[in-house]
Amino acid sequence: MRRPAVVVTVLLATALVLAVVAVATGTLPIPLADLWAALIGDGDRRTLFVLRELRGPRIGLALIVGAALGAAGALFQSVTRNPLGSPDIVGFTSGAATGALVAILVLPAGVISAGAGAVAGGFAVALVSVLTGGTGRRLILVGIGLAAFLTSVNSFLLTRASITEAQNAGVWLVGSLNGRGSHLLMSAILTFALLPLAAWYGRGLTILEMGDDKAQSLGVRPDHQRLIAIAVGIGLTGAAVAAAGPVGFVALAAPQLARRLTRVASPMPVVSALVGAVLLLAADMLAQRVLTPQQIPVGAMTGFLGGIYLIMLLRRRTRL
Amino acid sequence: MTRRAGLAACVLLLGVTIVLGLAIGARDLSWDVVLHALRTREGEAGEIVWAVRIPRTILALCVGAALGVAGALMQALTRNPLADPGLLGVNAGAAAAVVLGVVLGLPDGDVPRLILALIGAGLASALVMALGHSLILAGAAITATLTGLVAGITLLDQNAFDHYRFWVVGTLADQTLDLLRYAGPVLLAGLVIAVGVGRVLDVIALGDDSGAALGANPARTRLWGLTAVALLCGAATALVGPIGFLGLAVPHAARLICGARQRWILAYSAILGPLVLLAADVLGRIAARPGEIEVAIVMGLIGAPVFIALARTRKVADL
Repeated sequence: MRRPAVVVTVLLATALVLAVVAVATGTLPIPLADLWAALIGDGDRRTLFVLRELRGPRIGLALIVGAALGAAGALFQSVTRNPLGSPDIVGFTSGAATGALVAILVLPAGVISAGAGAVAGGFAVALVSVLTGGTGRRLILVGIGLAAFLTSVNSFLLTRASITEAQNAGVWLVGSLNGRGSHLLMSAILTFALLPLAAWYGRGLTILEMGDDKAQSLGVRPDHQRLIAIAVGIGLTGAAVAAAGPVGFVALAAPQLARRLTRVASPMPVVSALVGAVLLLAADMLAQRVLTPQQIPVGAMTGFLGGIYLIMLLRRRTRL
Repeated sequence: MTRRAGLAACVLLLGVTIVLGLAIGARDLSWDVVLHALRTREGEAGEIVWAVRIPRTILALCVGAALGVAGALMQALTRNPLADPGLLGVNAGAAAAVVLGVVLGLPDGDVPRLILALIGAGLASALVMALGHSLILAGAAITATLTGLVAGITLLDQNAFDHYRFWVVGTLADQTLDLLRYAGPVLLAGLVIAVGVGRVLDVIALGDDSGAALGANPARTRLWGLTAVALLCGAATALVGPIGFLGLAVPHAARLICGARQRWILAYSAILGPLVLLAADVLGRIAARPGEIEVAIVMGLIGAPVFIALARTRKVADL
């Protein structure tokens, strides 16, 4: 069996094991026998409730959001030819936070949901980044500048609100899966619709990595390819952010880990999506359990772990 | 125009801005009233001018000079025109250290706050320099990590969150001069070191090898420069909270006027920094009457387009 195929199998198995552990453990442990009974539709009501209403949707959402971010990250990193070119760094994340804050704090209640605001904000910032920065390394620089500015706008919005309102809105500064199970269906549909596109355009990007001239001579239009890849990546990020808010670093770490696991240099959005799913589920399990009974938002966990990973990455490679 | 004359013109302009800073505020006072209050310190106007506007102006002068010089130093030391204490995560380091101090229950007060901010700024600037050539990326990484971490922690603690949300927006309003007694000497030390380093910055700018051949010691210069940046940014952040983009824009403006000589850039930055910061602060007072916009937000509004313009026009390899 080829190495990527082995990696995919192992990742799927890991995701399954993690999901089983996440379902079975927690404040109310469910024995495996009861779990099986509940799955084939024959458990007691309490187990069914925990499974269908609480843990199931949350685990599903963690997997979907992680997958969307992982695939998006692979596309972004390939287009910008930079291991740091993720939706976080090009300003999508801070834009999403700003959008959510505006939806909660500025607009009258109920005009748009925080999730929709987040997607709108992220899109707007990503659009400005691409329009002013192009699709190369400049995109990252412009994104960082915009992100720095938006961070202060976010802080400004928070200082203008009452403390309870601000704390509710502040959750959208970092991504969270707490009580977001109802978004599962929408995110899943979007992600599964965009993943094949990501896989398809990922192949075109492999050719681009040989250089624009060579790609052109092979019949690939570089700018066209890059623009579509970024559009798909932004769509995937939107699917994740609408449900969970700006979860940082998954899009950054997943493609790098996927590369190392498969030992293939080209971007592989699907493998990266699997890595992202496993990463986010594991991070969410940690975030729920590490300070029980307090649940820290998963975005804080990914931010912390991702930051350490990023610093290691930067240390190893002097030139990025 | 010679460099000296230009510097004198900048000082003059700074004087005008100071006058504007004293005259314009939330309360609409006429020039006569302000002048009278300045002389006599009497009445409500005297209270406003002497207890609110003068301290605020002094703070703007100190912090503006500190951040302007720190930005010029960073751009020279890293040979990166986009270097800025805000973007490189130095201010975020100071802010995060202060907030973590609140969360961990360390004694709250001016001096602990200053010490924490200095430690945070020092650690962040050392880390960002140690991470290698891609400074903007390293800075973004550090900022993202720190903000994520601090936001996550503070969401669990309403008191810390309340503290944090106001602390992370740098503002000159409602600050007292008490802390300046301790932060002032720190700023001064930073400026003195900056002047000392400034003499060899031109040599270093030629590249480490050429600099060493000309008798400079790049490693030592960098260490001293880093110390100055940490002192200046840490003290400035402790005084008024994090303010970004000032350290980015000011050295560029200086370079436009006086050319590429580093010592002149430092001198101009020390004058233009307070000028820009104070002007931004006055703008923030006028823009949203009867309330006002924090100076850090105004700086972001001015600075972000400058940053994007720089990122677009420079050769990417230089960044």
